[in-house]
Amino acid sequence: MIVASNLTKRYPGGFDAISEVSFAIDAGQMALITGHSGAGKTTLVKLIASIERPTAGSLVVNGQNLPALRRSAIPYVRRHFGLVFQDQKLLFDRSALDNVLLPLQIAGLPRRDAIRRAQAALDKVGLLAREKANPIALSGGEQQRLAIARAVVNRPTVLLADEPAANLDVDSARAILDLFADFHRVGVTVVVATHDQGWIERCQNVLRLDHGRLL
Amino acid sequence: MNAWLTQHRAALASAFRRLFAAPMSSALSLLVIGIALTLPAFGYVLLDNLRELGSRASGVKQISVFMELNASRQETGEIENRLRQAGGLDWRFVPREDALRRLQQTEGMAEIVASLPRNPLPDAFIVEPRDSGPAALEALSRELAGWPKVAHVQLDSAWVKRFDAFLRLGRLALALLAGLFAAGLVAVTFNTIRLQVMAQAAEIEVARMIGATDAFIRRPFYYYGALQGALGGLLAAALVLAGLHLLAGPVGELAALYATAFTLHAPVASGAAVLGIGGALLGWLGAQLSVSLSLRRFD
Repeated sequence: MIVASNLTKRYPGGFDAISEVSFAIDAGQMALITGHSGAGKTTLVKLIASIERPTAGSLVVNGQNLPALRRSAIPYVRRHFGLVFQDQKLLFDRSALDNVLLPLQIAGLPRRDAIRRAQAALDKVGLLAREKANPIALSGGEQQRLAIARAVVNRPTVLLADEPAANLDVDSARAILDLFADFHRVGVTVVVATHDQGWIERCQNVLRLDHGRLL
Repeated sequence: MNAWLTQHRAALASAFRRLFAAPMSSALSLLVIGIALTLPAFGYVLLDNLRELGSRASGVKQISVFMELNASRQETGEIENRLRQAGGLDWRFVPREDALRRLQQTEGMAEIVASLPRNPLPDAFIVEPRDSGPAALEALSRELAGWPKVAHVQLDSAWVKRFDAFLRLGRLALALLAGLFAAGLVAVTFNTIRLQVMAQAAEIEVARMIGATDAFIRRPFYYYGALQGALGGLLAAALVLAGLHLLAGPVGELAALYATAFTLHAPVASGAAVLGIGGALLGWLGAQLSVSLSLRRFD
């Protein structure tokens, strides 16, 4: 499902954030990308999500070699992923429901269907009662759950998260982990980048990074 | 197709929301665009009215054809036949007797005419070609002058040329003015959209990360630019009509003093459509330039 071969990302100035990394994550797996701070976890997540382009190597997702794709094809690739960021990247000028609606609007779903699916996603993460609330009125854990609802609302094949439980208390972090496990149980491929070793026991595939290289 | 329509509908709705989200700022932008379009539009309407007034003025596009004094009725009839066969012109025959009678009716001329031993006036034709351009008028004059028993052809070509040159100058000045104000409209839209892109940087960044295409991100801005331009164009049409309404009374009074019934006119529906569509196109252009430049920093 996700196969990387000699994947390299070199930033201007010659710094290799990812250096000749090769791995495979099968469909339906729950995979962990771990390593110390600065190991290259976030860069690898960005490469998989096509937010960054690799400098060298190949990265095949769902049969498509991402580096070879034209720029105009990238948005359609990104729609296969549900992305959860450490800083959530929520929009604070609209309600929780409208935040979750955004991926469905991008996909061009009719508004009535989109609202129904967004409410179902909010229900799944336990936030349906807060659908009209502005994200700023939500707690850190709730904001992260809202970000997860937005990530899964478009029924992605891969749920990709970068430090999804960072800055959360123990209970909230556990709730987030349980949510990812739930999605994994229904067949979604889950890839989580975190330095939190508590995730290891739930994951079938662990990629350890150190200074941009796979250990 | 459904997704495409849904996205366009959503983009249009978003453009309306943005327009009404900051009513004061939107109103000021519309006013600037409206005034920018009003000046050339009003100039065009005035020039068009002036052109019509000029073409209606006596003698402007008329050619007077005077027969020789000794031309017989048969020879005059031959000219009549030629004029009838020639296409693209209106004409009327003025018999020498009618001409003398009119001269007699002119104040102070009755005694002079009565003292004349015989009628000194020739038969004449007043010819009005439908193509009233100076070149066409001169060509026709030359042709008429060559016809048999035609003594003299009179065309106030200097006046026609002056009037035509004035209209051409007016049109050129108007085109320059319109170009200048169109650039102003594009600049106003450019700046408005640039500020909007800056204000929505977070939304654009998130939308891109979760799969929004360039078209999805650009579309609401294009609609906003076009909407703002179209509304500005319609405002300009309203301002032009209001201006004409204000001028209608004084112009009518002035025309009455010259014993004519002239009223200012404007193509209301087509004029408003041209201003609306033109404004929308210029707004769209401004939005496109602005979005193309502003979105580069998200690449």
